[in-house]
Amino acid sequence: MNDIVLSLEGITKRFGSLIANDDVTLNLRRGELLALLGENGAGKTTLMNILFGHYAADAGRVVAFGRELQPGRPRAAIDAGIGMVHQHFALAANLTVLENIVAGTESIGRLRGDWRRARVKLTEIARRFGLAIDPDARVGDLSVGERQRVEILKALYRDARILILDEPTAVLTPQEAEKLFDTLRVMAAKGLSLIFISHKLHEILAAADRIVVLRGGKVTAERITANTNKNELAELMVGRPVTRPAREAQQPGALVMRAENVCVAGFRPLSDISFELRAGETLGIIGVSGNGQSTLGRLLGGLVKPTAGSFELLGATVTEPTPASFVACGVARIPEDRNVDGTVSDMTLWENSVLERIGERRFSAFGLVRRSGARAFAKTIIERFDVRGGVPDTPIRLLSGGNMQKLILGRNLLTSPRILVAAQPTRGLDEGAVAAVHAEILAARRAGAGVLLISEDLDEILQLADRVQAIANGRLSPSIPIEDAEPRRLGLMMAGAWSEMA
Amino acid sequence: MRLERRASVPVTLAVAAPFGAVLVALLLAGILIAMTGAPVLEAYRRILISAFGSKSSITETLTRATPLILTGLAVAVAFRTRLWNIGAEGQFYSGALVAAMLGSQHGLQLPGAALIPILMVAGAAAGAILMLAPLGLRLRFGVDEVVTTLLLNFITILTVSMMIDGPLKDPMAFGWPQSVPIVGDAFLPKLVSRSRLHIGFLIAIGLALLIWLVQERTVFGLETRAAGLNPAATTFAGIKVNRLLVKVACISGGLAGLAGAIEVLGVKGYVTTDLSPGFGYTGIIVAMLAGLNPIGVVVTAIFVATIFVGSDGMSRGLGVPSFIADVIVALSLLAVLVALVLTNYRIRR
Amino acid sequence: MTAALDLFASAGLWAAMLRIATPLIFGTLGALLCERSGVLNLGIEGIMTFGAMVGWLTVYHGGDLWLGLLAAALAGAAFGLLHALLTVPLGVSQHVAGLGITLFASSLAYFIFRLAIPVSGSPPTIVPFQVLQIPLLSNFPFLGEALFHQTAPTYVAILLALLLGYLLGATPLGLAIRIVGENPHAAEAQGLDPIAIRVGAIAFGSALMGLGGAFLTLSAFNSFFPTMVQGRGWVCIALVVFASWRPTRALLGALLFALFDAYQLRLQHIVGKAVPYQLFLMLPYVMSIVALLVMARRARVPQALMQPFRRGER
Repeated sequence: MNDIVLSLEGITKRFGSLIANDDVTLNLRRGELLALLGENGAGKTTLMNILFGHYAADAGRVVAFGRELQPGRPRAAIDAGIGMVHQHFALAANLTVLENIVAGTESIGRLRGDWRRARVKLTEIARRFGLAIDPDARVGDLSVGERQRVEILKALYRDARILILDEPTAVLTPQEAEKLFDTLRVMAAKGLSLIFISHKLHEILAAADRIVVLRGGKVTAERITANTNKNELAELMVGRPVTRPAREAQQPGALVMRAENVCVAGFRPLSDISFELRAGETLGIIGVSGNGQSTLGRLLGGLVKPTAGSFELLGATVTEPTPASFVACGVARIPEDRNVDGTVSDMTLWENSVLERIGERRFSAFGLVRRSGARAFAKTIIERFDVRGGVPDTPIRLLSGGNMQKLILGRNLLTSPRILVAAQPTRGLDEGAVAAVHAEILAARRAGAGVLLISEDLDEILQLADRVQAIANGRLSPSIPIEDAEPRRLGLMMAGAWSEMA
Repeated sequence: MRLERRASVPVTLAVAAPFGAVLVALLLAGILIAMTGAPVLEAYRRILISAFGSKSSITETLTRATPLILTGLAVAVAFRTRLWNIGAEGQFYSGALVAAMLGSQHGLQLPGAALIPILMVAGAAAGAILMLAPLGLRLRFGVDEVVTTLLLNFITILTVSMMIDGPLKDPMAFGWPQSVPIVGDAFLPKLVSRSRLHIGFLIAIGLALLIWLVQERTVFGLETRAAGLNPAATTFAGIKVNRLLVKVACISGGLAGLAGAIEVLGVKGYVTTDLSPGFGYTGIIVAMLAGLNPIGVVVTAIFVATIFVGSDGMSRGLGVPSFIADVIVALSLLAVLVALVLTNYRIRR
Repeated sequence: MTAALDLFASAGLWAAMLRIATPLIFGTLGALLCERSGVLNLGIEGIMTFGAMVGWLTVYHGGDLWLGLLAAALAGAAFGLLHALLTVPLGVSQHVAGLGITLFASSLAYFIFRLAIPVSGSPPTIVPFQVLQIPLLSNFPFLGEALFHQTAPTYVAILLALLLGYLLGATPLGLAIRIVGENPHAAEAQGLDPIAIRVGAIAFGSALMGLGGAFLTLSAFNSFFPTMVQGRGWVCIALVVFASWRPTRALLGALLFALFDAYQLRLQHIVGKAVPYQLFLMLPYVMSIVALLVMARRARVPQALMQPFRRGER
């Protein structure tokens, strides 16, 4: 068929002993919107990075418009008309939109950049695809949605005929995501070919023409969207029927945490947030990333001080919060980034298990570390929480993300906490690990802990939470019961439009 | 070509790396020696003989190693918590200056048993203060301590110069700028009679062992290591990283200050502006060669002292400029940096 | 007091300012270029020392003064490549690698110098750059003597600052260097090669450092002696921060700094023995710390400074 614009042929890529891509073959047609479906760790991103030349494949080749691409060179992919919208935007925050788009497009030997011509061309493209943007804005000042627009414009500016989008909706509200897919359809209609990567079934079903499923680094299935459904896709993606543990009804107990008009100053501040959390219930905080979740997580972890309002923990007003006092009160804390805040990657499992409670008598005496006690604690976590891939003396960086998260859960839950603050607890985990983490969160709730779950994942909130509040621009919406939380309403709340709803 | 982190580093490789690096440095320096027309192997043989050939040369090498152990420890302790103390040279001089000032006949009037420990503590305190200032600037104003500690080296040496030109000037020194000598009671006891080797050497080794124990076994050691590897996670765990940094700065600056005090009390008896042939800067090399391990610091300090003492002797005999010693140790540092990468990563195409 | 103020009216002060500023301008621009691409180069002190030595030696052995400058630039670039090799593809700690380069370059400079020039009573000298008489301008009353009685390298330095400002701001190459220093992954996604750009920026920046050192032996003085760089490299590193990583501000910063230095030298003569001369010598270093203090929180640091770039890692 000569309307095939891109084909990947027998791509294989290994990282050490891990096979990320195993003999993957894939074709893309002109004007097609192809979805690449797979869970975290299935090898989607690796495959796209090979296609775009960030990595060189160990075997196989990439052919675009009939010509084989030189491996390992993004420049070759760009020249062949391939553009990529990275999941973690590849943008320089201190440069302007125009500078980000123009960098690398002009011959480096030129004595003067032709910024004026570039501006005209950019404005013209932005108009044609309906992607309005101020070319002179500093990228660091833009919202996440606008930054994504810059990413797409970068590809279009270079006359990309093939566009790859890696998890493009991860940072968007449902409404923004819908708008994005409208734009993508316009592009396909204009003859562009698109691949988008996702693990969200509903949006794939809504947007794609054709779906390729990747599992364990291999292509396991290919479906025309019209001929498949959510359940089939889920099973194809995970490789077995998907069952996530379900929430059982339960009567909430006493008030364990309360915030009233709390403000926090600084980077991504919080203003006037209020919530209540009772024992044995789960409060979900839904929101698009970058709306103050990190600051909220830090507030609830004892790392920052409220600048106004009242914040109560187990009935006592918090004035001088410290992580140590929170831990001592029985607050279990799951940080949103397990690699940055959650673990010291070059330290061992046992060291990571006890770091936040090293002062306890069972782990130290007279300033000396009681290694036997610490190792035993780690061993108990490993057994009880099914942490695989290491013994107490293994450096934690050798664990998979899921097992690392289980260790973090374990070190917090082994001591029967009164409150569990979990920030993005399943981000980047595969389905098996997600189910395990969800089971532990539900178990903690069953045991009477008040659970505060901060998440960007709608499905996760709908499955675990009893009540939900949305976070937008550093403010919290009023709480609504989960029964009333249908996606459209949540979408509006996430966009900050809760006052209009009331 | 890409670098891929090894899952685990084989112990043999980790141990062999610094030795391999030193070997490479010696090979490269050999080319320079050959360029002078001197026989390379003979030159290295003479370096060894000059450093270890006799009782007096051995004691001389160990005397030279003493301040290097201490400045090496100062750097190793700081770098481990990612405190970039490049100011050991200045801290050394501040410790030396204070020890000489208080140890002279115009200083403290105390018997030797009390005087010596007090002078050492005072020297260490001076060094600690000199490190606390740049740390304060970092914590308060966000000023990178690398440049401030470097600049403080110059300021401190000029201060020493000013003092020995003025209030501390020894009137008996025929106009040479040097400080009034310390009193006889303030001199450190000798380890070997009729040599320059003094008990400062044992103090340095004792401190290396102590620091090793603290790092391996104590809560403080665990916390400082965590703070160096990942300050964000350490803060999240409820450990006050800034407080740790203050303590580490005191220990690091204190060790370098102590090195200066001991050099005055043990060897010179007075301060000049050429008291240190770069002990502070060489301490960085000593610490890096040792992989920041306190016990390793003792070994690498003796190695570096060997090169310096040996090169002096070799230079006199063969006419190779004695700066070759500085070249060898600097090359060792660069080589060990490469070796560290190659032990922790493997190269893929 | 009036004597202290009168100093500003002497043309000699302003001429000295330009002379003292020249090595700082070269060094600061060099360090700035490296840092704009994302790599701190603490090799500067050693590279300046080596540049001073090799420039002098070239001329001493009969080379032309300009050949001396070229030799210093090439030697600087060579050490820059070494620093680049360590920090860019290998990703070694930029602090430690830079200090290693400084220790290596300066010790090698002393070694080679001692090998070439055996110890003697007074150090041998060369005929340095002479004041370049610019028609009309140099003869202008006061201003001519104040601003246009300099050697050629001084004018080169000032021109370079303006050129570098233009390069970074208005050319595709400059944009490429900036984006690599801000986010190498963004650069790579645009088809640029961050590794090549960083290596190039470090090599060129280090060549400028070599020139800064050579100015000392080929223009400011006429002989080489160990430790003659005197921490000027570290001052340059501080000036980069003071200049917020902008070449034209670096020029202004170096001039301001040099004015102060030239002024204190003259003030010493007025004050005489009343104040120890060491206090005056400390001033440049104290000023550097003050400059850092003032600008540390205000300056917009290149976001990827000191972050090694590894392909495919984030």
